[in-house]
Amino acid sequence: MSQVYFEDVQEGQEIPVLTEKCTSQRLVMWAAGSGDFYQIHYDKDFAQGNGLPDRITHGALKHALLGRLLHEWVSDGGRVKKVACQYRGMDMVNEDVICHGVVKRKYQEGGENLVDLDIWTETPLGQKTTPGAAVVALPSRGG
Amino acid sequence: MAETSAITDEMRAAIGKEWEPFTVEVDKTAVRMFARAVGYTDLIYFDEEYAKSKGYRSLPCPVGFVGHPIHRPDRASRPAYVMPFQTPYKRVLNGGTDFEYYEPVCAGDVLTATTKVVDMVERAGSMGPMLFITSDTIYKNQQGRAVAKFRGTLIQY
Repeated sequence: MSQVYFEDVQEGQEIPVLTEKCTSQRLVMWAAGSGDFYQIHYDKDFAQGNGLPDRITHGALKHALLGRLLHEWVSDGGRVKKVACQYRGMDMVNEDVICHGVVKRKYQEGGENLVDLDIWTETPLGQKTTPGAAVVALPSRGG
Repeated sequence: MAETSAITDEMRAAIGKEWEPFTVEVDKTAVRMFARAVGYTDLIYFDEEYAKSKGYRSLPCPVGFVGHPIHRPDRASRPAYVMPFQTPYKRVLNGGTDFEYYEPVCAGDVLTATTKVVDMVERAGSMGPMLFITSDTIYKNQQGRAVAKFRGTLIQY
Protein backbone atom coordinates (compact mmCIF):
# COMPACT_ATOMS: atom_id res chain seq x y z
CA MET A 1 0.00 0.00 0.00
CA SER A 2 1.37 3.41 -0.87
CA GLN A 3 0.96 6.02 1.83
CA VAL A 4 -1.46 8.92 1.33
CA TYR A 5 -0.35 12.17 2.99
CA PHE A 6 -2.43 15.04 4.35
CA GLU A 7 -0.88 17.49 1.87
CA ASP A 8 -2.00 15.38 -1.10
CA VAL A 9 -5.68 15.27 -0.12
CA GLN A 10 -8.18 17.67 -1.67
CA GLU A 11 -11.73 18.42 -0.67
CA GLY A 12 -14.13 16.74 -3.08
CA GLN A 13 -11.64 13.99 -3.85
CA GLU A 14 -13.06 10.46 -4.15
CA ILE A 15 -11.09 7.69 -2.47
CA PRO A 16 -10.60 4.26 -4.10
CA VAL A 17 -13.82 2.21 -4.16
CA LEU A 18 -14.07 -1.09 -2.26
CA THR A 19 -16.44 -3.79 -3.57
CA GLU A 20 -17.22 -6.91 -1.54
CA LYS A 21 -19.72 -9.58 -2.50
CA CYS A 22 -21.69 -10.52 0.60
CA THR A 23 -22.20 -14.23 -0.05
CA SER A 24 -24.04 -16.46 2.43
CA GLN A 25 -20.59 -17.76 3.44
CA ARG A 26 -19.43 -14.24 4.28
CA LEU A 27 -22.60 -13.61 6.30
CA VAL A 28 -21.98 -16.80 8.30
CA MET A 29 -18.34 -15.77 8.87
CA TRP A 30 -19.63 -12.38 10.00
CA ALA A 31 -22.15 -13.97 12.36
CA ALA A 32 -19.31 -15.91 14.02
CA GLY A 33 -16.86 -13.01 13.95
CA SER A 34 -19.27 -10.45 15.34
CA GLY A 35 -21.35 -12.71 17.60
CA ASP A 36 -24.62 -11.62 15.92
CA PHE A 37 -26.59 -14.81 15.33
CA TYR A 38 -29.91 -13.22 14.36
CA GLN A 39 -31.42 -15.70 11.86
CA ILE A 40 -32.63 -13.17 9.26
CA HIS A 41 -29.03 -13.12 8.01
CA TYR A 42 -28.53 -16.83 7.28
CA ASP A 43 -31.89 -18.67 7.50
CA LYS A 44 -34.02 -18.01 4.42
CA ASP A 45 -37.23 -19.46 5.93
CA PHE A 46 -36.78 -17.36 9.06
CA ALA A 47 -36.10 -14.22 7.01
CA GLN A 48 -39.20 -14.76 4.88
CA GLY A 49 -41.24 -15.46 8.02
CA ASN A 50 -40.21 -11.95 9.11
CA GLY A 51 -41.56 -10.40 5.93
CA LEU A 52 -38.22 -10.13 4.14
CA PRO A 53 -37.73 -11.35 0.55
CA ASP A 54 -34.56 -13.28 1.50
CA ARG A 55 -31.59 -13.14 3.87
CA ILE A 56 -30.15 -9.64 4.23
CA THR A 57 -26.59 -8.49 4.78
CA HIS A 58 -25.92 -7.42 8.37
CA GLY A 59 -25.92 -3.65 8.77
CA ALA A 60 -22.88 -3.89 11.02
CA LEU A 61 -21.00 -5.78 8.28
CA LYS A 62 -21.60 -2.83 5.95
CA HIS A 63 -20.26 -0.55 8.70
CA ALA A 64 -17.20 -2.77 9.04
CA LEU A 65 -16.67 -2.73 5.25
CA LEU A 66 -16.78 1.07 5.31
CA GLY A 67 -14.15 0.84 8.06
CA ARG A 68 -12.01 -1.38 5.81
CA LEU A 69 -12.45 1.07 2.90
CA LEU A 70 -11.00 3.82 5.12
CA HIS A 71 -8.29 1.66 6.70
CA GLU A 72 -7.01 0.63 3.28
CA TRP A 73 -6.99 4.26 2.16
CA VAL A 74 -5.18 5.75 5.18
CA SER A 75 -2.73 2.82 5.22
CA ASP A 76 0.00 2.26 7.86
CA GLY A 77 0.65 5.91 8.64
CA GLY A 78 -2.96 6.96 9.15
CA ARG A 79 -5.70 6.09 11.59
CA VAL A 80 -9.47 5.69 11.32
CA LYS A 81 -10.98 7.65 14.20
CA LYS A 82 -14.72 7.61 13.61
CA VAL A 83 -17.08 5.69 11.32
CA ALA A 84 -20.82 6.34 11.50
CA CYS A 85 -23.53 5.12 9.15
CA GLN A 86 -27.26 4.64 8.95
CA TYR A 87 -28.97 1.57 7.51
CA ARG A 88 -31.57 3.14 5.24
CA GLY A 89 -32.02 0.30 2.79
CA MET A 90 -31.47 -3.44 2.72
CA ASP A 91 -28.74 -5.27 0.86
CA MET A 92 -29.66 -8.81 -0.12
CA VAL A 93 -27.43 -11.86 0.28
CA ASN A 94 -25.09 -12.64 -2.65
CA GLU A 95 -25.00 -9.03 -3.82
CA ASP A 96 -22.01 -6.70 -4.10
CA VAL A 97 -21.75 -4.04 -1.43
CA ILE A 98 -19.92 -1.14 -3.09
CA CYS A 99 -18.23 1.21 -0.61
CA HIS A 100 -17.47 4.84 -1.46
CA GLY A 101 -15.86 7.81 0.26
CA VAL A 102 -15.47 11.48 -0.69
CA VAL A 103 -13.29 13.99 1.19
CA LYS A 104 -15.48 16.68 2.70
CA ARG A 105 -13.04 18.76 4.74
CA LYS A 106 -9.39 18.72 5.83
CA TYR A 107 -8.16 20.54 8.90
CA GLN A 108 -5.67 20.46 11.77
CA GLU A 109 -6.88 20.02 15.32
CA GLY A 110 -5.19 18.94 18.54
CA GLY A 111 -1.92 18.37 16.70
CA GLU A 112 -3.52 15.98 14.23
CA ASN A 113 -4.12 16.21 10.48
CA LEU A 114 -7.78 15.30 10.18
CA VAL A 115 -9.99 14.56 7.21
CA ASP A 116 -13.80 14.38 7.30
CA LEU A 117 -15.39 12.18 4.66
CA ASP A 118 -18.86 11.38 3.40
CA ILE A 119 -19.08 7.61 3.10
CA TRP A 120 -21.77 5.29 1.79
CA THR A 121 -22.50 1.88 0.33
CA GLU A 122 -24.32 1.27 -2.93
CA THR A 123 -26.11 -1.75 -4.36
CA PRO A 124 -25.21 -2.96 -7.88
CA LEU A 125 -28.25 -0.92 -9.07
CA GLY A 126 -26.78 2.26 -7.59
CA GLN A 127 -29.09 2.59 -4.60
CA LYS A 128 -27.33 4.24 -1.64
CA THR A 129 -28.41 2.02 1.25
CA THR A 130 -25.91 3.06 3.91
CA PRO A 131 -25.00 6.75 4.08
CA GLY A 132 -22.54 7.90 6.72
CA ALA A 133 -19.66 10.08 7.84
CA ALA A 134 -16.11 9.38 8.93
CA VAL A 135 -13.04 11.05 10.42
CA VAL A 136 -9.50 9.86 9.74
CA ALA A 137 -6.04 11.15 10.71
CA LEU A 138 -3.30 11.26 8.10
CA PRO A 139 0.47 11.68 8.34
CA SER A 140 2.14 14.82 7.06
CA ARG A 141 4.98 14.88 4.55
CA GLY A 142 6.71 17.19 7.01
CA GLY A 143 6.71 14.33 9.56
CA MET B 1 -45.73 12.56 18.00
CA ALA B 2 -48.03 9.66 17.18
CA GLU B 3 -51.59 9.85 18.46
CA THR B 4 -51.09 6.80 20.61
CA SER B 5 -47.52 6.48 21.77
CA ALA B 6 -45.87 3.09 22.19
CA ILE B 7 -43.41 4.65 24.63
CA THR B 8 -44.52 3.66 28.11
CA ASP B 9 -43.53 5.32 31.37
CA GLU B 10 -41.25 2.34 32.03
CA MET B 11 -39.46 2.93 28.73
CA ARG B 12 -39.20 6.68 29.28
CA ALA B 13 -37.75 6.09 32.75
CA ALA B 14 -34.98 3.97 31.18
CA ILE B 15 -33.57 6.91 29.20
CA GLY B 16 -30.24 8.00 30.66
CA LYS B 17 -30.05 5.10 33.11
CA GLU B 18 -26.85 3.05 32.85
CA TRP B 19 -27.21 -0.71 32.54
CA GLU B 20 -25.10 -3.14 34.52
CA PRO B 21 -21.54 -2.82 33.09
CA PHE B 22 -20.27 -5.84 31.18
CA THR B 23 -16.75 -7.13 30.60
CA VAL B 24 -15.33 -7.56 27.14
CA GLU B 25 -12.20 -9.57 26.39
CA VAL B 26 -10.24 -8.84 23.23
CA ASP B 27 -8.24 -11.82 22.08
CA LYS B 28 -6.16 -12.68 19.04
CA THR B 29 -8.38 -15.38 17.59
CA ALA B 30 -11.42 -13.11 17.81
CA VAL B 31 -9.56 -10.26 16.07
CA ARG B 32 -8.51 -12.63 13.28
CA MET B 33 -12.04 -14.04 12.87
CA PHE B 34 -13.55 -10.57 12.65
CA ALA B 35 -10.89 -9.27 10.23
CA ARG B 36 -11.28 -12.37 8.05
CA ALA B 37 -15.08 -11.94 7.92
CA VAL B 38 -14.62 -8.36 6.68
CA GLY B 39 -12.07 -9.47 4.05
CA TYR B 40 -9.02 -7.62 5.42
CA THR B 41 -5.65 -8.57 3.96
CA ASP B 42 -3.53 -6.23 6.15
CA LEU B 43 -1.37 -8.54 8.27
CA ILE B 44 -1.58 -6.26 11.33
CA TYR B 45 -4.86 -8.10 12.07
CA PHE B 46 -3.38 -11.58 11.70
CA ASP B 47 0.36 -11.64 12.55
CA GLU B 48 1.31 -10.37 15.99
CA GLU B 49 5.00 -9.81 15.20
CA TYR B 50 4.03 -7.81 12.12
CA ALA B 51 1.54 -5.76 14.18
CA LYS B 52 4.32 -5.01 16.70
CA SER B 53 6.61 -3.91 13.88
CA LYS B 54 3.92 -1.34 13.02
CA GLY B 55 3.84 0.00 16.57
CA TYR B 56 0.91 -1.93 18.07
CA ARG B 57 1.08 -3.83 21.37
CA SER B 58 -0.57 -6.86 19.72
CA LEU B 59 -3.19 -7.39 16.97
CA PRO B 60 -5.28 -4.18 16.88
CA CYS B 61 -9.08 -4.23 16.59
CA PRO B 62 -10.47 -3.49 13.11
CA VAL B 63 -13.19 -0.82 12.86
CA GLY B 64 -16.43 -2.12 14.38
CA PHE B 65 -14.75 -4.59 16.74
CA VAL B 66 -14.11 -4.09 20.43
CA GLY B 67 -14.00 -7.71 21.55
CA HIS B 68 -16.85 -9.96 22.59
CA PRO B 69 -18.88 -9.83 25.80
CA ILE B 70 -18.09 -12.90 27.90
CA HIS B 71 -20.78 -15.54 27.38
CA ARG B 72 -21.84 -17.49 30.47
CA PRO B 73 -24.38 -20.27 29.85
CA ASP B 74 -25.28 -20.27 33.54
CA ARG B 75 -26.44 -16.66 33.41
CA ALA B 76 -29.11 -15.00 31.34
CA SER B 77 -27.49 -13.15 28.50
CA ARG B 78 -29.23 -10.40 26.64
CA PRO B 79 -28.42 -9.94 22.97
CA ALA B 80 -27.51 -6.35 22.11
CA TYR B 81 -30.75 -5.93 20.18
CA VAL B 82 -32.96 -6.70 23.17
CA MET B 83 -33.71 -3.76 25.44
CA PRO B 84 -34.04 -4.10 29.21
CA PHE B 85 -37.72 -3.17 29.00
CA GLN B 86 -40.86 -4.42 27.26
CA THR B 87 -41.97 -2.81 24.00
CA PRO B 88 -45.06 -3.67 21.90
CA TYR B 89 -42.99 -4.61 18.84
CA LYS B 90 -41.69 -8.06 17.94
CA ARG B 91 -39.39 -7.27 15.04
CA VAL B 92 -36.07 -5.49 15.14
CA LEU B 93 -33.71 -3.99 12.59
CA ASN B 94 -30.36 -2.31 13.02
CA GLY B 95 -30.82 1.41 12.27
CA GLY B 96 -27.27 2.63 12.44
CA THR B 97 -23.79 2.24 13.87
CA ASP B 98 -21.41 4.96 15.03
CA PHE B 99 -17.98 3.98 16.37
CA GLU B 100 -15.48 6.49 17.65
CA TYR B 101 -11.99 5.43 18.73
CA TYR B 102 -9.94 7.46 21.19
CA GLU B 103 -6.94 5.11 21.08
CA PRO B 104 -6.17 1.69 19.57
CA VAL B 105 -7.73 -1.34 21.25
CA CYS B 106 -5.51 -4.42 20.97
CA ALA B 107 -5.68 -8.14 21.71
CA GLY B 108 -4.99 -8.69 25.41
CA ASP B 109 -7.09 -5.72 26.46
CA VAL B 110 -9.97 -6.29 28.89
CA LEU B 111 -12.62 -3.61 28.58
CA THR B 112 -15.50 -2.56 30.77
CA ALA B 113 -18.52 -1.43 28.79
CA THR B 114 -21.37 0.68 30.08
CA THR B 115 -24.54 1.25 28.05
CA LYS B 116 -27.42 3.66 28.41
CA VAL B 117 -30.38 4.55 26.22
CA VAL B 118 -30.07 8.19 25.13
CA ASP B 119 -33.13 8.69 22.91
CA MET B 120 -36.40 7.16 21.72
CA VAL B 121 -38.29 8.43 18.68
CA GLU B 122 -41.45 7.12 16.99
CA ARG B 123 -41.89 7.40 13.23
CA ALA B 124 -44.32 6.11 10.65
CA GLY B 125 -42.41 3.76 8.34
CA SER B 126 -43.22 1.77 5.23
CA MET B 127 -43.79 -1.29 7.42
CA GLY B 128 -46.02 0.52 9.95
CA PRO B 129 -45.16 2.43 13.12
CA MET B 130 -41.51 2.21 14.07
CA LEU B 131 -39.63 2.95 17.24
CA PHE B 132 -36.00 4.18 17.00
CA ILE B 133 -33.98 3.57 20.15
CA THR B 134 -30.52 5.15 20.35
CA SER B 135 -28.05 3.93 22.94
CA ASP B 136 -24.45 4.77 23.81
CA THR B 137 -21.82 2.36 25.07
CA ILE B 138 -18.54 3.62 26.51
CA TYR B 139 -15.63 1.16 26.58
CA LYS B 140 -12.92 1.67 29.19
CA ASN B 141 -9.66 -0.26 29.18
CA GLN B 142 -7.89 -1.98 32.06
CA GLN B 143 -6.28 1.38 32.99
CA GLY B 144 -9.71 2.99 33.24
CA ARG B 145 -9.28 5.17 30.14
CA ALA B 146 -12.19 5.52 27.70
CA VAL B 147 -10.91 3.97 24.45
CA ALA B 148 -14.03 3.79 22.30
CA LYS B 149 -17.62 4.94 22.11
CA PHE B 150 -20.35 3.06 20.30
CA ARG B 151 -23.69 4.66 19.41
CA GLY B 152 -26.25 2.22 18.06
CA THR B 153 -29.73 2.83 16.71
CA LEU B 154 -32.21 -0.02 17.01
CA ILE B 155 -35.45 -0.03 15.05
CA GLN B 156 -38.42 -1.94 16.46
CA TYR B 157 -41.54 -2.41 14.38
